[in-house]
Amino acid sequence: MSVAVAPKSHVVHRSSAALVAHQLHYDALTFLRNRQGRFFTLALPVVFLVIFCALFGNGTVHVLGGTMKESTYYVPGLVGFGLIQAAFANLVVSVTAQRETGVLKRRRSTPEPAWVLIAGRALLAVATAAVIAALLVFLGVIAYGATPPGRTIPAIAVTIAIGAMAFCALGYALVTAINSADSAQPVIQMVMLPLYFISGVFVPESQIPHWLRDIANVFPVRHLQQALLKAFNPHTVGAGFAWSDLLVLAIWGAVGLAIAVRRFGWQPKVR
Amino acid sequence: MQFAKSVRSQVTGAAPSVTGSTGKAGMPTSTDWPVAASDARAALPETVISVSALRMAFGDLEAVRGIDVEVHRGEVFAFLGPNGAGKTTTVEILEGYLKRTAGEVSVLGIDPEHANADWRERVGVVLQESAVEPDLTVTECLNLYGGCYGAPRPVDEIIELVGLTEKAHARGGSLSGGQRRRLDVALALVGDPELVFLDEPTTGFDPSARRAAWDMIAGLQALGKTIFLTTHYMDEAEHLADRICVLAGGEIVGEGTPQSLGGRESAPSEISFTLPSGVTQSELPAALPALMLENHDRVELRTDTPVDALSTLCAWAKDHGHDLADLEVHRPTLEDIYLRLTEGSG
Repeated sequence: MSVAVAPKSHVVHRSSAALVAHQLHYDALTFLRNRQGRFFTLALPVVFLVIFCALFGNGTVHVLGGTMKESTYYVPGLVGFGLIQAAFANLVVSVTAQRETGVLKRRRSTPEPAWVLIAGRALLAVATAAVIAALLVFLGVIAYGATPPGRTIPAIAVTIAIGAMAFCALGYALVTAINSADSAQPVIQMVMLPLYFISGVFVPESQIPHWLRDIANVFPVRHLQQALLKAFNPHTVGAGFAWSDLLVLAIWGAVGLAIAVRRFGWQPKVR
Repeated sequence: MQFAKSVRSQVTGAAPSVTGSTGKAGMPTSTDWPVAASDARAALPETVISVSALRMAFGDLEAVRGIDVEVHRGEVFAFLGPNGAGKTTTVEILEGYLKRTAGEVSVLGIDPEHANADWRERVGVVLQESAVEPDLTVTECLNLYGGCYGAPRPVDEIIELVGLTEKAHARGGSLSGGQRRRLDVALALVGDPELVFLDEPTTGFDPSARRAAWDMIAGLQALGKTIFLTTHYMDEAEHLADRICVLAGGEIVGEGTPQSLGGRESAPSEISFTLPSGVTQSELPAALPALMLENHDRVELRTDTPVDALSTLCAWAKDHGHDLADLEVHRPTLEDIYLRLTEGSG
């Protein structure tokens, strides 16, 4: 059976960079207009920082090399929290919702390559993580005197970049394991809340028993917190790069990416 | 395929006026495609979709059980069938979403399982269910999708075509159900496709929204698009389709134009009237075909020659001074045919 085909003659493919920029533009527009996304991503970390510093800010906490004020201690931890909210939690909720409501399925019918969609969304996650981290660092400096030594600023920037990319990849991996839009937020809390508590984000690490710290050491949250803490610790000598923590973060990110690429789904799981 | 044969014999025996109203080439209609092709090779238009012996199983459930379909350029082809007949499964195979169990499928010359970006440039898809982007306006959403294509149509033009001009700057989340469906269609059209799949485009519409959607779909055909429509509304298929394929239980149970489907055009006419008071059945002219009596005084008769039967009846009524005020001549509706075809399935 022969099927004649008249090819469309006027198709001009746009460059990959233009496609990604196009996608990022509309992803950012969507994000800025979504009240829930804005709150969980931008407001919650700031609210947490203010509350934690108000509650515990006057104490001191033992860290490597000496002690630091608790208000200073919480700033890097909550920078990490804000980063995870932006690069991980917000991404998981919105990508799951897009998949379950058929938005991704419809997007699949366009000629746009799959990776453009993923890259646009990942860039947005990394960008919002950078913005929220910068906001919290700024707030820490002006409100809580949590001024990192100037020489560690490159280390902070690199840690935020690696952390955001790793959690973005882990977010895409988690999306493949979530079966409905309603369960996205609870699953995120289930996974992340215990890690925040045992990783020194919500509770100073000197108060966490060793066996819990050993468990936390397996997971990426503590390594992000440790890397940021090292850069903020006034007793740190040198440039403040926590290479071993960054390596663990990168490994987690690579595993997440591998799972995401293998199992990414365009169609709703609930029909 | 015993049924297909009976459909075909009725169709080929039909008057040539069958295809007149829809303006398609006068080709015989059949589910037995190779034969049809040799019968009317000269009139056969370009094939856009070709499916043969398609099967799809989900575990033990056989959703599609060996169907053959051929769709030609520029026509509106309707897949009609009850819920669960296998319509959406078939369409999603044609759209490249599902991997079939067996059979041959070619859409625009390509197997949709191996669809590439060039193929997607030429195909527009309206899914049965897909949410809008709630936080983007109609215009923004169309710009987003248009940017995915090499040669999109102007967004304003598409918005006007689907009748959303007044809502061009409304957020997706604020649209009514009918407006969202129109946005779905707009998103499928913005890339200027040759072939458009519409999976139950008007489900949940009120009657006026449905009419507006029909006008829009008719407009798409006027633009030269080929349209593959699924629906479970008989009136929709009758209004829009050049050809209808009835699917039930994963099998094709009938195929033809809205006028010829299931032998509709050659099916007997039904003449009915109420017996005038004081007249008994035996007083009616003997030349009339076999009569049936319903509710004591309602007479129904079926005939292949309605003019003969009517002139006999009218002459008799005039002679005896009866008005037969409620005389009716009834042709089988598409719904009658459809219910007969899908009887015992689903």
